[in-house]
Amino acid sequence: MRRTWAPGRWLIILPPLLFLVIFFLVPFAFAFKISFAEAAPRVPPFTDVISFTPDHHLRLAISLGNYRYLLTDEVYGVAYLYSLRTAFFSTLICLLLGYPMAYAIARARKSTQALLLLIIMLPFWTSFLLRVYALEGIIRDTGFLNTTLLHLGLISQPLRIMRTSVAVYLGIIYSYLPFMVLPLFATLEKLDPTLLEAAADLGSTPWRAFLDITLPLSIPGVIAGSMLVFIPAVGEFVIPSLLGGPNQLMIGRVLWDEFFGNHDWPVASAVAIAFLLLLVGPIAIYQYYNVRQLEA
Amino acid sequence: MERRSSLPLLSVLFLGIALLYVPILVLIAYSFNASPLVNVWGGFSTAWYAQLLHNRQLLAAALLSVEVALAASTAAIVLGTLAATALVRFARFPGRLLLTGMVNAPLVMPEIITGITQLLLFVSMVQVLGWPHRGFTTIVLSHVTFCTAYVTITVQSRLQAADRSLEEAAQDLGATPARAFMEITLPIIAPAIISSWLLCFTLSLDDLVISSFVAGPGASTLPMVIYSKVKLGVSPDINALASLIVCGVGVCIVAARGLMLRGERRRALEAPGTTVRS
Repeated sequence: MRRTWAPGRWLIILPPLLFLVIFFLVPFAFAFKISFAEAAPRVPPFTDVISFTPDHHLRLAISLGNYRYLLTDEVYGVAYLYSLRTAFFSTLICLLLGYPMAYAIARARKSTQALLLLIIMLPFWTSFLLRVYALEGIIRDTGFLNTTLLHLGLISQPLRIMRTSVAVYLGIIYSYLPFMVLPLFATLEKLDPTLLEAAADLGSTPWRAFLDITLPLSIPGVIAGSMLVFIPAVGEFVIPSLLGGPNQLMIGRVLWDEFFGNHDWPVASAVAIAFLLLLVGPIAIYQYYNVRQLEA
Repeated sequence: MERRSSLPLLSVLFLGIALLYVPILVLIAYSFNASPLVNVWGGFSTAWYAQLLHNRQLLAAALLSVEVALAASTAAIVLGTLAATALVRFARFPGRLLLTGMVNAPLVMPEIITGITQLLLFVSMVQVLGWPHRGFTTIVLSHVTFCTAYVTITVQSRLQAADRSLEEAAQDLGATPARAFMEITLPIIAPAIISSWLLCFTLSLDDLVISSFVAGPGASTLPMVIYSKVKLGVSPDINALASLIVCGVGVCIVAARGLMLRGERRRALEAPGTTVRS
């Protein structure tokens, strides 16, 4: 009779489960609580939401002021919309650029494939911050691109790219392209080539076969890649902060400034909670049902 | 799928690869520029590299970052391997869906949200428990959280692909489940554990946003120092530092992959029955 894990299995399950509950899940409860507090000049810099009076009565001091502030100050609405728009179009461009790349890698010889994948993966392993800084060296007014173009006589004035939306788009595409290519490659590689041969035998043109077979079958990869680009792009801070100007206000930057600039922790918490409920929440629920379907 | 790709397809592939690599190559070239002005080539010089050695603030931050990365990635491979084992081996247990959600969520959660929520947890914990004080401990704890997610995903897929019958055979021969796991399965998933340790190490070394929130006023990691310098404008010594980091990490990754591929090939030859996927 083979022994099972039964008695010891909680020793395996509990450490990661407890750690993640405490350090990943519980923090959201604290952020939620503090989003109802008010900024105060003390340590930590906010009022108590839940406290006990001297005669041991529970006292709740809930302030909705932070949420009202988010609704009335138009900076937040503008930043949300700008973040969504920027993330959407960068994801689209990543998809248009990444799909042919993934397709070409999937069709390459196995040995070339390993090399190409390593080339795509490598930037993901190297520092994100330093890569954004490296891009700044290219697109700055006195950067590599402008110097080269001026030298060749193609332009007479340096192109202004830094501190514009173009710089933010370039930054996101440059940083997140590998996240689009890898999941696309994973689905395209699994595609059964005999399906395409069958389509060709039945008289389908390669383009037609691509639209009817390859594209629909690669939809899971398209969704996975788009998620991996879109979600971090919406909350991006480093790229709009280093490459964007004062008009490239993204929600991550607003939250950062509220926290580090104004030292208003409750408003920063409210921004985070609103962001979570409006964007990450719906996506998490979608993922949850996906996982359940897969596990069923 | 193995067919020849058409010319437009290949040109997009190379355009994409060029986009990924040109900025880094230009940065490395500039790091050897003798002139402190970015747009003037003043001749070849390694002066900026020499200057790094005298920058105490940078060296202290680099040391802190390396210590954090070592601690966080080591703790994460333990927690992540446990989580992956639980998810692959135990079909149902209370909290399974919760665990699945929690190992996937950090991968898509915007860092800025993770950072602020974890900071609020830490300051509330200090008020009640008197622990953890902001600095090394809080940075490590927050890095372990997102690193554990990466380890779990990587080890999980490896564990699913591993041949279960070897472990079962060991158990039939009288090994306890724990012993069978340690002696049979652990060596099989070791490459995944090692590569996820490396990934965690680089992710931790690189993290700016979460560290900035949880570090507190006293501690500065290397990315925090780099960010504040870069924010003020171009600094040629950062070019040199960036080139060192990018090349160092690049060489390590390529070497690690090479070693791993060789190890897998050798194992595949020794045990023709087992399927090895890279």
